[in-house]
Amino acid sequence: MRNLSKIITVIVFIFLYIPIIVLAVASFSSGTDLAVFKEFTLSRYSELFRDTTLLTLLRNSVIIAVLSTAIATILGTAAAVGISRMKGRLRKLVMGMTNIPMTNPDIVTGVSLALMFAFTGTVLKLNSVLGFWTLLIAHITFNLPYVILNVMPRLTNMNPFLTDAALDLGCTPVQAFFKVTIHEIMPGIIAGALMSFTMSLDDFVISYFVTGSGFVTLPVEIYNYTKKPIHPKLYALFTLMFIVILALMVTMNLLQGRNKKARIHGIAARTGKEA
Amino acid sequence: MKKELIKLENLVMEFDGQRVLDNVSLSIENGRFLTLLGPSGCGKTTTLRIIGGFLTPTSGTVLFDGQPINNVPAYKRQINTVFQNYALFPHLDVYDNIAFGLRIAGVKEPEIDRRVSEMLSVVSLNGFENRSVTALSGGQQQRVAIARALINRPKVLLLDEPLGALDLRLRKDMQNELKRIQQEVGITFIYVTHDQEEALSMSDTVVVMDSGRIQQVGTPEDIYNEPANAYVADFIGESNILDGIMKSDFKVNFFGRDFDCLDKGFAPDEPVDVVIRPEDVDIVAPGAGQLTGTVTNVTFKGVHYDTIVNFSGFKWLIQTTDFNAEGSRIGIRLNPDDIHVMHKSEYSGMFGDYSSYSAEYDEIAVAEESEEE
Repeated sequence: MRNLSKIITVIVFIFLYIPIIVLAVASFSSGTDLAVFKEFTLSRYSELFRDTTLLTLLRNSVIIAVLSTAIATILGTAAAVGISRMKGRLRKLVMGMTNIPMTNPDIVTGVSLALMFAFTGTVLKLNSVLGFWTLLIAHITFNLPYVILNVMPRLTNMNPFLTDAALDLGCTPVQAFFKVTIHEIMPGIIAGALMSFTMSLDDFVISYFVTGSGFVTLPVEIYNYTKKPIHPKLYALFTLMFIVILALMVTMNLLQGRNKKARIHGIAARTGKEA
Repeated sequence: MKKELIKLENLVMEFDGQRVLDNVSLSIENGRFLTLLGPSGCGKTTTLRIIGGFLTPTSGTVLFDGQPINNVPAYKRQINTVFQNYALFPHLDVYDNIAFGLRIAGVKEPEIDRRVSEMLSVVSLNGFENRSVTALSGGQQQRVAIARALINRPKVLLLDEPLGALDLRLRKDMQNELKRIQQEVGITFIYVTHDQEEALSMSDTVVVMDSGRIQQVGTPEDIYNEPANAYVADFIGESNILDGIMKSDFKVNFFGRDFDCLDKGFAPDEPVDVVIRPEDVDIVAPGAGQLTGTVTNVTFKGVHYDTIVNFSGFKWLIQTTDFNAEGSRIGIRLNPDDIHVMHKSEYSGMFGDYSSYSAEYDEIAVAEESEEE
């Protein structure tokens, strides 16, 4: 029985990671045939870094991901603080409404956002409203629930007397938030921001509907490539993206783990004064 | 230097139509150790949170140094609080926790340094500066919480059941420690607890509360020796409470007998509650005392025996170092100062009868109840 579950675990991991391994291996092969590994080469990577079109697309994606993450994190944290102060039924209702966009099919979100932008454009008598700003707004919109969802439990589990203690010691409510509350909910904020970043970076469906020809992100453009055979330098790009995201996740986990350990053993060194 | 620092006038507090404070008025003198004592839900913590500025009363006024402070937010009051679960900031170490209030106030670092080390010696935590607060024991966290509050030199320190989470031994040590600190810094302490022994041993003034009302205010001796009503008599220590009639000044009748007492000022033949503390009763040979009864239950308590004695149907608790076997007949003698007479109150008849003390009686009582149903 135990062996069986081990075997199943191995199979699951194979299914999960084989595609990425295939991709990574292919990115180092000099041939174009996936089935045959000809010889090891880094030429795919050098080609990638010479391709200015691809690099521009990547830059666009990163710009949108960073900006939408930053804005969604700030707005989402503020919203979570507001929701956490609501009482009973109202709070449940608002949390429910916050969660729905996450389960909403992307295509529905994308089309409805596109319609809304088109409508706004018509009202404002603008010709081509779709572009950078609509893309940014759309990304902030679908990132918000992830931030709220991650920050909320931190706020509800926080000792409510900590805020009282800060007020008691002379903090205004705003100071109390920045001096005490934010430290307590920081792991939630970071987790929400990371989730937003990865969601934003690889979003295709919603972006496809809300962007114009002026500002295109990587996933949207790659979709156009799939109609013809994909150039192997894209394998190199995907491999790099996978590694970056992986590194981010591992760093986050390590940081959180270390925080916990430091608290347990009381070795969190005081910063500043002795230095 | 004794002057009124805080005055509560007719405080009423309602949550969702539920009245948790009912016309609480109290005057608190500067430099006092005052304890709000009562069971959970009596309104003591609500009163404390109103003084601290965390709650606004539904009606009534809080005066501080003669000025109404109802609308002054917590962070502008010269009052600091030690919270029930300490509420230390986990992201800061001991030093930074204690320095928190001074940093907010913009005090210069050398001054902060000096005052933190001063505070650390007041609470005997020298050398703990760089420890993480989460790595401290309950008692140590308690001391950090006290230092963090006192360093701001408040005029009043509020303490909300600060010893509740500590074990018995540590609690006793901290009681002495708190009293010492209060005398050292010389400011007003307002202390909330449900532990009557804690209240009696630490306070200058005890305020007994129940169901949102103040039942009695007085020194620990007053509260114990001269309880105002049956509730206070029962909540503070053990009491036998009997129905009596005040014949005249210094003369009270119960069990069909007149007793001399030290109480006066009652209406002639006024029905009263008579309190007799279990440790005040002298046991004598049967027939030699004023009353004779039968011992129905004896429990060894260490220092003394809890002896339940049946006097014509009414059972008393008597605490004595002498052992009297179950079933033996004993007499008792009451001196005038063993008897305390109180006016009748809404609590009359609810407390002070030890009839249900024995397990045997419990069974009978349960049987009777189920028959009634």
